[in-house]
Amino acid sequence: MLDLKTIRGSLVAAALGAACGPLLAPLVLPAWSQNKPASGISIDNFTFSPGKLTVKAGTTVTWTNKDDIPHGIASADNAFNRSKALDTDDAFSFTFTTPGTYQYFCYIHPHMMGTIVVEAATGENAMP
Amino acid sequence: MSASDRDDGSLSRRKILECMTWVGTGILWSVAGGVPRSLGIIDEAVAKEAGGLKFLQISDSHIGFDFKTPYPNAVGTLSECVGKIKALPTKPAFMIHTGDISHLSLAAQFDDADKVIGETRLDVHYVPGEHDFVDADRKLFLERYGRGSKGAGWYSFDAGGVHFIGLVNVYDLKAGGLGNLGHEQLEWLEADVKGRSASTPIVLFAHVPLWTVYPNWGWGTDDGAQALSYLKRFGSVTVLNGHIHQVMQKVEGNVTFHTARSTAFPQPAPGSAPSPGPMKVPAEKLRSMLGIANVTYQQNQERLAIIDTPLQA
Repeated sequence: MLDLKTIRGSLVAAALGAACGPLLAPLVLPAWSQNKPASGISIDNFTFSPGKLTVKAGTTVTWTNKDDIPHGIASADNAFNRSKALDTDDAFSFTFTTPGTYQYFCYIHPHMMGTIVVEAATGENAMP
Repeated sequence: MSASDRDDGSLSRRKILECMTWVGTGILWSVAGGVPRSLGIIDEAVAKEAGGLKFLQISDSHIGFDFKTPYPNAVGTLSECVGKIKALPTKPAFMIHTGDISHLSLAAQFDDADKVIGETRLDVHYVPGEHDFVDADRKLFLERYGRGSKGAGWYSFDAGGVHFIGLVNVYDLKAGGLGNLGHEQLEWLEADVKGRSASTPIVLFAHVPLWTVYPNWGWGTDDGAQALSYLKRFGSVTVLNGHIHQVMQKVEGNVTFHTARSTAFPQPAPGSAPSPGPMKVPAEKLRSMLGIANVTYQQNQERLAIIDTPLQA
């Protein structure tokens, strides 16, 4: 007899995979960094998604512009230097090493805002 | 004092909604591609009369924008606008460009724009759009167009009895905010108009609308009302903006607000699309949504006559 719960679980997993795939696709990491944690934010229709991203310290976050208008990433409190203007399909990455809450916005369209929460790293990703 | 007429010049929600209704009417005209007429501010007959100061406004050239169909190229449509300008029966005194000359603030993009616009052989007064300040040092615009200006590029000048003021509301944008003039520029503006006769017609121009068009898309200026408060005593104030790539007008007391079409691509009416990204319209319709604005000031007339001319009616 089929286990409906398992099937439903696989479908959800497949759907999540499909949803996350495009976010991670632009990340081409060199072999030596394969173990470093990475996460992606997509810019689509003048919106950052996810709007709030939670990562472990040491994670490299990459923003990719899927709009046909340029956007630019800037920290609301100068926690990192602003990106260059990102034209369609351009990406910008920053590695968050210090736990905390980071607000950022598009410096071309400042009504676009997002948040990154950086949690202390645990286990194998913990800083020495 | 009514709720819609506050002393601080800010707009009540009711007033904004009234304006939005009105704005909706403007959009219909824009889509029709004809000469808009409203509340008597835009009157072709007035503009056709001989005499008076005539100047042009172009906006949002976005040189470097190259997004496949339906946009052939931004240089091409700018060239077509320049062709319209060269064919005008009366040569305008000068031209203003209300920003987003370039798409990405690259030297080559400014070069291309200068080359095409230069063919008009008109003096051009520029204010920057947010796309003109995306180079790392935010210096290319000011090096090219900012000579003699203050701060991030603001200035004023007189022509034909009119006092023109170019403002910059795209320089140091704040997270979550709209367009922004900033304290230093506001102080300069207050001093610039102080002591001028209230009968001097004022033309204020800046990239992002100085009035609140649609804050959800960032279409407004946080301290725009503060700037306009310095101009309350003047009998005729005209505010010319770009940024939203469509024609909109509003009249409030002695102040006439007007936005110009882009020379590159149209943007959707407020709230009519998921985002303010470029509208994808059929190629045969595109040129009815791009164009220039022709402005005439005649002495003893309170309002300037503004004619928006699409590339193709």
